[in-house]
Amino acid sequence: MSTQADALTIDDIPGARIKPKLGRDDWLMRGFIAMIAIYLVVALALPLYAMLSKAFSTYSYDLTQFEFQVSDDQGVFDGKILSAKALNDALKIYSESDLSAGSGGRLAVTKLFPKFSFRSPKLYRVRGTSDKAVYLIGSERHSGREWVELDSNKFRRVVLRPVPSTGLSNFSTYFSTPALVNSIKNSLLISAISTIITVTLAFAFAYSLNRSCMRFKGMFRLIAMAPILVPSLLPGIALVYLFGNQGMLKSFMLGESIYGPIGIVIGSVFFTFPHAMLIISTALAISDARLYEAAVSLRASSWKTFWTVTIPGARYGLISAAFVVFNLVITDFGLPKVIGGQFNMLAVDIYKQVIGQQNFEMGAVVSVVLLVPAMFAFGIDRVVQRKQVALLTSRSVVYQPTPNGRFDRLSFAYCTLVAIFIVGILGVCQYAALVKFWPYDLSLSLKNYAFDLMDGGGWDAYRNSIKMAGLVAFFGTVVVFVGAYMVEKTQGFKYGRSLFQFLAMLPMAIPGMVLGLAYIFFFNNPDNPLNFIYGTMAILVLCTVTHFYTVSHLTAVTALKQMDNEFESVNSSLKQPFYKLFMRVSVPVSLPAILDISIYLFVNAMTTVSAVVFLYSSGTALAAIAVLNMDDAGDVAPAAAMGMMIFYTNAGARIVHLVISKFVLKRTQGWRAR
Amino acid sequence: MNFIKKLVLGAATAALLSSTALSAELTVYTAVEAEDLKRYAAEFNKDHPDIKINWVRDSTGIVTAKLLAEKDNPQADVVWGLAATSLLLMKAEGMLEAYAPKGVELLDKKFVDKSTPPTWTGMDAWVASVCYNTVEAKKAGLTPPKSWKDLLQAQYKGHLIMPNPNSSGTGFLDVSSWLQIFGEKAGWEYMDGLHENIARYTHSGSKPCKLAAAGEIPIGISFAFRGAKSKAAGAPIEIIVPSEGVGWDMEATAIIAGTDDLDAAKTLVDWTVTKKANEMYNTGYAVVAYPGVAKPVKFFPENLTEKMIDNDFEFAANNRGAILKEWQKRYDGKSDPK
Repeated sequence: MSTQADALTIDDIPGARIKPKLGRDDWLMRGFIAMIAIYLVVALALPLYAMLSKAFSTYSYDLTQFEFQVSDDQGVFDGKILSAKALNDALKIYSESDLSAGSGGRLAVTKLFPKFSFRSPKLYRVRGTSDKAVYLIGSERHSGREWVELDSNKFRRVVLRPVPSTGLSNFSTYFSTPALVNSIKNSLLISAISTIITVTLAFAFAYSLNRSCMRFKGMFRLIAMAPILVPSLLPGIALVYLFGNQGMLKSFMLGESIYGPIGIVIGSVFFTFPHAMLIISTALAISDARLYEAAVSLRASSWKTFWTVTIPGARYGLISAAFVVFNLVITDFGLPKVIGGQFNMLAVDIYKQVIGQQNFEMGAVVSVVLLVPAMFAFGIDRVVQRKQVALLTSRSVVYQPTPNGRFDRLSFAYCTLVAIFIVGILGVCQYAALVKFWPYDLSLSLKNYAFDLMDGGGWDAYRNSIKMAGLVAFFGTVVVFVGAYMVEKTQGFKYGRSLFQFLAMLPMAIPGMVLGLAYIFFFNNPDNPLNFIYGTMAILVLCTVTHFYTVSHLTAVTALKQMDNEFESVNSSLKQPFYKLFMRVSVPVSLPAILDISIYLFVNAMTTVSAVVFLYSSGTALAAIAVLNMDDAGDVAPAAAMGMMIFYTNAGARIVHLVISKFVLKRTQGWRAR
Repeated sequence: MNFIKKLVLGAATAALLSSTALSAELTVYTAVEAEDLKRYAAEFNKDHPDIKINWVRDSTGIVTAKLLAEKDNPQADVVWGLAATSLLLMKAEGMLEAYAPKGVELLDKKFVDKSTPPTWTGMDAWVASVCYNTVEAKKAGLTPPKSWKDLLQAQYKGHLIMPNPNSSGTGFLDVSSWLQIFGEKAGWEYMDGLHENIARYTHSGSKPCKLAAAGEIPIGISFAFRGAKSKAAGAPIEIIVPSEGVGWDMEATAIIAGTDDLDAAKTLVDWTVTKKANEMYNTGYAVVAYPGVAKPVKFFPENLTEKMIDNDFEFAANNRGAILKEWQKRYDGKSDPK
């Protein structure tokens, strides 16, 4: 008896394991998590699943489904039935790989009849052996099991259509096509180079802003955020005007062409710079001054302090920024499309497959390939996060820079250079928009603003964009911040939170074009109860919030992470419901981040192209799409003009944001200053 | 009292009638240039004020992709102004409603689908051409090419741009026309040579001409319509029609099977084949479906119509996949950074 009792483990004794009791708060919070998780599942996971299944849906010619009869020269049939499969097996005309096709594939039938001549008096009969078998006579679609009799001249026009099945053959086609596989290397290379350059430049910039006492910080911060206000293809347009064959600074290129990797990297650095700057700056802004005081009292050199305090403190921000930039570059298609020239990138391949060849399956395969870096980024994020400790504890003191003449001047010079680059690009676009006919008629006019005469939806598109951006900013901010709070500050429920975190990271890796397509397949399915939002503003808003979920989420999480979880402990020991803490402490403390999120969503909704290019309808054309379409049609100057309209609108929104932020900071963030 | 009652009733009925008459709305997908669309709708509404057109406009590739993606739940009622090659794809999917518009027999046979009843009818032709920037060519010391074969000369190396057939319908039109003009083997050999001279391939068909117009490149292989427009805008370009003949495609009209309002759709399509409609197409396009209508369009090359090859649309549609695959294998793989 007693030996048996010894063998019992603690788990066998009922009630012996200490399990925290779930209070009403916990249930409520889980309810919130579940709600936002459901949102992400519907807006992201299910459409992606629809897209994935597209990647595995293959088309192949099922030769067993077709049968023929051939008459003699007098047109008399002997009744012998030839199956297409038997013919091919005997003659080995089509190999296995010839028989796998895209959804639009056609297979010529006459090749199965080596002696076929369209002049012969022979007659032919063709039929399917199942109702699913489809063949074309010329462009006429036929199906069914009835024999169709044709003369030989008609018979040469018969082609077979593939039948759908599932399998991996799309992938084997992809990996055996060098032109497609090459893009993987190109995309990784360009993204890596752009990431290193952008993160380095952005860190230096953010560091100057946060740690120096240089003048005009506000202005620099404003200018640094400017690229976020324009569509990613706008720097491409500017680079063409600067360094193209008719460019103002063409000689700077030393004979190299801007159309290709050089152009993509410069443009990518431009449009990803604010993204990286925003994240790194957030990480640098709230570092604990006590660490620096300790470093000073330990007589550490500033160089040593930089590597032992600053960098480790900003580590999480740096890594976040790196993978945000990497994914932005690798998933962007606007810029390589405008300035990439011959240089194939994955995102452009999707465009080429889907738009050029209407090969949705191959487009889906390329997107699956693009998903790999995202998974990688997600893995890194998890590892880093586990090591991260809260920097801003309830006892923290905010770092205040002290003047240092040499460092401040250096910072100022550096920031000026970056600012010139950014303002220069925008200035060139504005100039291009006003010039009548570059480079032959340099007189200024407003004719490029007559959008109603051009592709893209005219001024209505511009108004639609503002409406959509407003909706995205409002609903997006609510969803994102509540979601981030729940996932950061709940206890337990580990797997649910991991799943949520995973879903929240995913949008960053999904090229907009893929998301848009996924939405078509998911929401345009007549069996989908949400079918009614297809073609409306709602689907544009849903798609855009989802597309830009990750950075907003990271911003919120970074801000929330810097708030010690002790706040929650204190709150619950005071027996206060969590929403009181949320409304009275978390939201006010995080207000700068919340405002940043809403402005981030607003400007991105104004500038997004790829995510919505498949989803807009007659009443919901958008400005950024107009930029793309006008550039695509070669109306480059009007495209620049519309791009600058987006810029001014976003700049206006930024100014409003700035004013509100100032006011809010005074009201809620006074405690930060000493 | 009775009179007033009647009056009110009458007015109400009239209001009801007119509101039902106005209620017809058609979602029309199109790839027609935006600047023409408003005019098209306005002209149509002069004759049929009761039918409102909601345009969904995009480039040929996107409209085609959109229509194919919506195959099982079509959103469009009518397609008015999309490449016939694209409509052939949809026809093969059974997406088009066969309908012979009133007066279709008056059109040039070339412009009408050969099935009976036809599934689509053509409006106008857009014809491949070469845009040649005289100013930039002079700077680079080039002589104007006269034929497709001329473009193989070494003097044009790096001065040539054409649309990528994998992303542009115009690009595919060029490739399929070369294969038809020169024959399959010689056609590919021709493109091998051309590839050596091409600076880069663009994604859109009108862009090479606009780039030539902007002096970004001396020679752009594009289509005549674009060239004429750029020339009208003041660009120093010549539109060259190569002597071997040029490929072409047509803008065409079709009813999407499953439309909510077949009657309104038929009314619209009936109107699109009228003489009046064809005169309207003629303001931008020199070649239209209705014989005898076309007046010369300013800046359009004059010999264009005779140089149009006898384009085999069926060949183009049924071999499209194979041709694009071959093209990609030959030229896209090589297009790495140097």
